[in-house]
Amino acid sequence: MRSIDEVVIEFRDACVQLGGHTIWSGLSLEIKRGEFAAILGPNGVGKSTLIKVALGMTGLHFGEVRVLGAAPGRHQGEIGYLPQRRSFDPSLHIRGFDIVRLGLDGARWGLPLPMRRNRAREQRRIDDVIELVGASDYADRSIGQLSGGEQQRLLIAQALVQRPEILFLDEPLDSLDLPNQGAISSLIHHVSTVEGVTVVMVAHDVNPILAYLDRVIYIGPGGAVSGTAHEVITTENLSRLFKTPIEVLTTSDGRLVVVGQPEAPAHHSDRHEHGAATMLHAEHPHHHGDGTSH
Amino acid sequence: MTSVPLLHLLVVAPHSSAPWSSFATLLSYRFMVNALVAGTIVAILSAIVGWYMVLRRQTFAGHTLAVVGFPGAAGAALLGLSVTPGYLFACVAAALAIGAIPRTRTGAGRATESAIIGTIQAFALACGVLFINLYHGFLDGVTALLFGSFLGITSSQVITLGVITAACLLVLGTLGRPLLFASIDGDVASARGLPVRVLNIAFLVLLGLAVAEVSEITGSLLVFALLVMPAAAAQRLTNRAATGLALSVAIAVGVTWSGLIAAYYLAYPVGFYLTSAGFFVYLAAILIERKRGRAGRRDTR
Repeated sequence: MRSIDEVVIEFRDACVQLGGHTIWSGLSLEIKRGEFAAILGPNGVGKSTLIKVALGMTGLHFGEVRVLGAAPGRHQGEIGYLPQRRSFDPSLHIRGFDIVRLGLDGARWGLPLPMRRNRAREQRRIDDVIELVGASDYADRSIGQLSGGEQQRLLIAQALVQRPEILFLDEPLDSLDLPNQGAISSLIHHVSTVEGVTVVMVAHDVNPILAYLDRVIYIGPGGAVSGTAHEVITTENLSRLFKTPIEVLTTSDGRLVVVGQPEAPAHHSDRHEHGAATMLHAEHPHHHGDGTSH
Repeated sequence: MTSVPLLHLLVVAPHSSAPWSSFATLLSYRFMVNALVAGTIVAILSAIVGWYMVLRRQTFAGHTLAVVGFPGAAGAALLGLSVTPGYLFACVAAALAIGAIPRTRTGAGRATESAIIGTIQAFALACGVLFINLYHGFLDGVTALLFGSFLGITSSQVITLGVITAACLLVLGTLGRPLLFASIDGDVASARGLPVRVLNIAFLVLLGLAVAEVSEITGSLLVFALLVMPAAAAQRLTNRAATGLALSVAIAVGVTWSGLIAAYYLAYPVGFYLTSAGFFVYLAAILIERKRGRAGRRDTR
């Protein structure tokens, strides 16, 4: 999967405090170029904070973090970011194409210069990336009028359009229905291989993405663990992280099942996967209603 | 500059017995030329700033700036100054004050913000009333300040408006795309290294300047005729950013000219014509959008 063993994101003994309250501490992890990494864990443990630290939007209390070999916030042009789900106001009359275009030139000061060749090349890049995420049919419609899944595809295109080295996605599957969760997961995997992007994704439901994951960072109230899915998701690790007995079982067809995982009180009362057992499809990569293979 | 004819609001526009006889007659009046030039300058700036304002959902802030302009202008008149610096000072100061309120996305923060803005608004109006009262024999002036004095624009006012507009357009040209990014998607914009908070404040100052300019023509209470109506209509008609900005400018200039020319021939307040023109353009935009929406749904079926 990984061509070069170059570390693009590194946390060493990192600690974040917000308002005098320690979010997490002693966090160490490495993510290598081209990897698909997931940050997992219950609500409120600081998964989004980890991404914000890597983006340079939140500072560390102590410890060290390096992104693309420099302090966070140094390589803004090489990083794509999808913040936690916000849907656009239905009355926002801006077409999807212009939303994607902002990813390319939204941070540029000054008037767009009428340099034909550049403009044509940018136009082509925008068209290409919109096609890559499968949004060509509705990129001309107002973003506020589109469904959650359609908006998410265009936002992924916006994050990808300037050819980033790393893509940070904060709960991109949240508030999507089940078929869309599968389709967007598969899309993210697809674009990360096509574009050669390192993907770091926050999720609290591992099911739709486990088949694609190279690395898992599990944050719990008792600390954090980083490694491959099979290294991290074990009875010992999870019991220690959640400070409560948790069992990880393997079913006869090779899937992992986590039993007794305490779900933090969710803000999302409409979520569907609550229950005592969370299924982790680890062994057989299978596709969930892939809507992107065309 | 000192003798700005504040009381010219209800100046009776010269009636021609055969108004259609000659458009050239209209242009032979200095005050009409001034009004047309000033109106065009103001329409261009307000259409662009208004487009961003509608996009950013800051019309309430825009309205507050307009209301704060009223005591500014009344205070300037009380001090024997022209209303122009009065509007400018009050609107920009209020813009900076609103910019100092931290913008939060949570419901509670929003509620606090609008409560603060509403409080400022009411207090500003009260101050305006006091200044008017202190300045005796100013009664016609109240109407002028609130509902406009389009026909009393002097040549030096035209120059002031031109200079301010040119400066604002230069700044808007520089900030344009980052401001659009920050307006639509502040989180992503700041992750890309854009100074979102500075952009917010810069936009409020631009909004203050635009409001001050529009106030001179439509009065404090009718600024939305040029600030909201053209921009909102344009956004309903197109979802392309660049086209929308151009369309907004075209509508604002068209509305201004038709309002002004109507007021020349039929001597009712210019603010009425201008606002009515804007109103009907907006109405038409809604109808066109509806019609298109129905056609679009039929297509996808």
